[in-house]
Amino acid sequence: MKEFVEGSHAIAEIIKAVKPGVISAYPITPQTHIVEDLAQMVSNGELKSQFVNVESEHSAASVVLGGSATGVRVYTATSSQGLFYMQEVVFNIAGMRLPVVMTCANRAISAPINIWNDQQDSISLRDAGWIQIYAENNQEAIDFHLIAYRLAEDKRVMLPVMVCMDGFILTHGMETVDMPEQDKVNKFLPDYKPLYKLDTADPVSMGLLADPDYYMETRFAIQETMKDSLGYLPEISSEFNAVFGRDYRDLLVEEYQTKDAEKVIVAMGSVCGTIKEVVDEQRSKGKKVGLLRIISYRPFPYARIYEALKEVPRVAVLDKAVSLGAYAPIAVEMKAAFYGKKKGPKVISSFVAGLGGRDITLESVYEVFRRLTAKEVNSDFIDLKPELLKEDYGK
Amino acid sequence: MGNSPLFKYGHTACAGCGQAIAARLVIEAAGANTIIANNTGCLEVFSTKYPETAWGVPWIHSLFENSAAVASGIEAALIYLGKKDTTNVIAQGGDGSTGDIGLQALSGMLERGHDILYVCYDNEAYMNTGVQRSGLTPFDTNTTTSPSGALSTGNIRPKKPVPEICNAHGIPYVATASAGFPQDLSRKVKKAISIKGPKYIQIHVPCPLGWRHETNQMLSVAKLAVETGLYPLFEYENGILANRKQIVPKLVQEYLKIQGRFKHLINNPAEIEKIQHIADNNIKKYGLKVAPDV
Repeated sequence: MKEFVEGSHAIAEIIKAVKPGVISAYPITPQTHIVEDLAQMVSNGELKSQFVNVESEHSAASVVLGGSATGVRVYTATSSQGLFYMQEVVFNIAGMRLPVVMTCANRAISAPINIWNDQQDSISLRDAGWIQIYAENNQEAIDFHLIAYRLAEDKRVMLPVMVCMDGFILTHGMETVDMPEQDKVNKFLPDYKPLYKLDTADPVSMGLLADPDYYMETRFAIQETMKDSLGYLPEISSEFNAVFGRDYRDLLVEEYQTKDAEKVIVAMGSVCGTIKEVVDEQRSKGKKVGLLRIISYRPFPYARIYEALKEVPRVAVLDKAVSLGAYAPIAVEMKAAFYGKKKGPKVISSFVAGLGGRDITLESVYEVFRRLTAKEVNSDFIDLKPELLKEDYGK
Repeated sequence: MGNSPLFKYGHTACAGCGQAIAARLVIEAAGANTIIANNTGCLEVFSTKYPETAWGVPWIHSLFENSAAVASGIEAALIYLGKKDTTNVIAQGGDGSTGDIGLQALSGMLERGHDILYVCYDNEAYMNTGVQRSGLTPFDTNTTTSPSGALSTGNIRPKKPVPEICNAHGIPYVATASAGFPQDLSRKVKKAISIKGPKYIQIHVPCPLGWRHETNQMLSVAKLAVETGLYPLFEYENGILANRKQIVPKLVQEYLKIQGRFKHLINNPAEIEKIQHIADNNIKKYGLKVAPDV
């Protein structure tokens, strides 16, 4: 059913359709609208969930951990500092193989404090053992939550999934979306049946101490599941398409005008909408440019990306995050994808843009294409303000 | 004591561990229809080293400081499943994971009104990491991070009053107990389980390794803490002091002199006097002294 709604409300609607038994969250902008709407649904009796108002994100993540271990479907959402505050629990949930689903409304990290969008928060938790998928628009954000639960609860997976959507740009953006009908949701996402749970009828111990004789295999097992998930994502995508009639292809990447392209930008999330507009405009002038959008950041689809870009001479990687003191996060992966391979781009240049909510405009994207020359650059910041860089207190 | 189906022998606690005995008493009093969330600490480490477990009830360990929040999620899930009325939920941890790093999660659990019993096993320092000072370490205790020396007589601050902090949340039941008084401990756990809402029990559990007393002295050390007034046993019901264990007070030296952690005080009457003052204050505050015969 078509609705013109705010992104956050759309997410609340789809979580209602998913029927989690336990929801827990702590307020942080720009995630708040999602959980406010869920609280209202519970208050109205439209959603039969236990909504636990906690005193911190650390406890929000711990509550959904406990709920999931007791065998029910759970949900939480956060952003930025909130995600960092729950980081310890985030790693723990993955290690315990609990199928928690979380929305990360992507936001910059302090200091300086900044409530606006970039992707530093979720990208910084890339090693946590969570599958991370990034939405370009609100339709995807809705659909990816259904896919997230299917994937997380798949007995071959049993890993948590983070659905990342750009804060404000998507969470507070109004968009016409096709809201999945309840009967179709039920068909695509059956009730959660845990393998193990905390149940007095069949007592188990969870979260045991693993000494050096046992620890490494637990990490290896997650690593293997991550690799295998690169195969499960296309499979679930095709089942999703069969039920809902929306085709997300392999759910790993989206190729947009890449086939004969001479220059391609690689990016993630809502900025890809802006990049597509520039690509369309340039193509209309006969310029061979394209976009490769990464949807699955963890697991990272190296082989799929190699196939997509092996004939493209120049690639610009656009990161909305930095790894201070090193190459930008997605740029590192892109270089690794082609290292030692027979084919691949002559140039993989890396650009950083949109930090702390600075707009990435059409002109910003043109600038990336202009700077994508034969000379490779790394972590080249776009749209810096030179007048703010003049002060030098160190001398 | 024979084997227990709920907390089996074969765990790796030290000889004379007060916490192991108290933990067994707690789960036996609570019964088989109980789910436990356990903080990181000695109890977690010595009872669940993979691939073995001592627990005969559903049991989960997540992190150092979050058992109160994990238990909140368990309780919420049980309500959702319609199983809460037939299942007890216990969150438990040591004094550091309860009163220091886990105090926020505990406060949240109490404030939200979950039907959970929180049990703090108070051995008065971070024993699992090697006897470092916690907020619940008593005044003048020698620990590895509050060592006595030329300029110090040990821990410079009195014990953090966590039971009083819990009571200030307006919860229905708060009690202190001791491994030295097992029947009293069992009674309090059973009582707590019978009350709906958040409950807090703090149990004094001697640690021969950290307190440096003989392993066969665990019970008498625990008893002396109570009998000197240094560890008052009381119950708050709905905020009112409903019950306390009355004593014929012994001098604190009796308790201090048998523990290595207070050995540095032996020739320091001024410091012992300060500790006696703490005991006297407890005796007065909680009305611990047995009324003299008339």
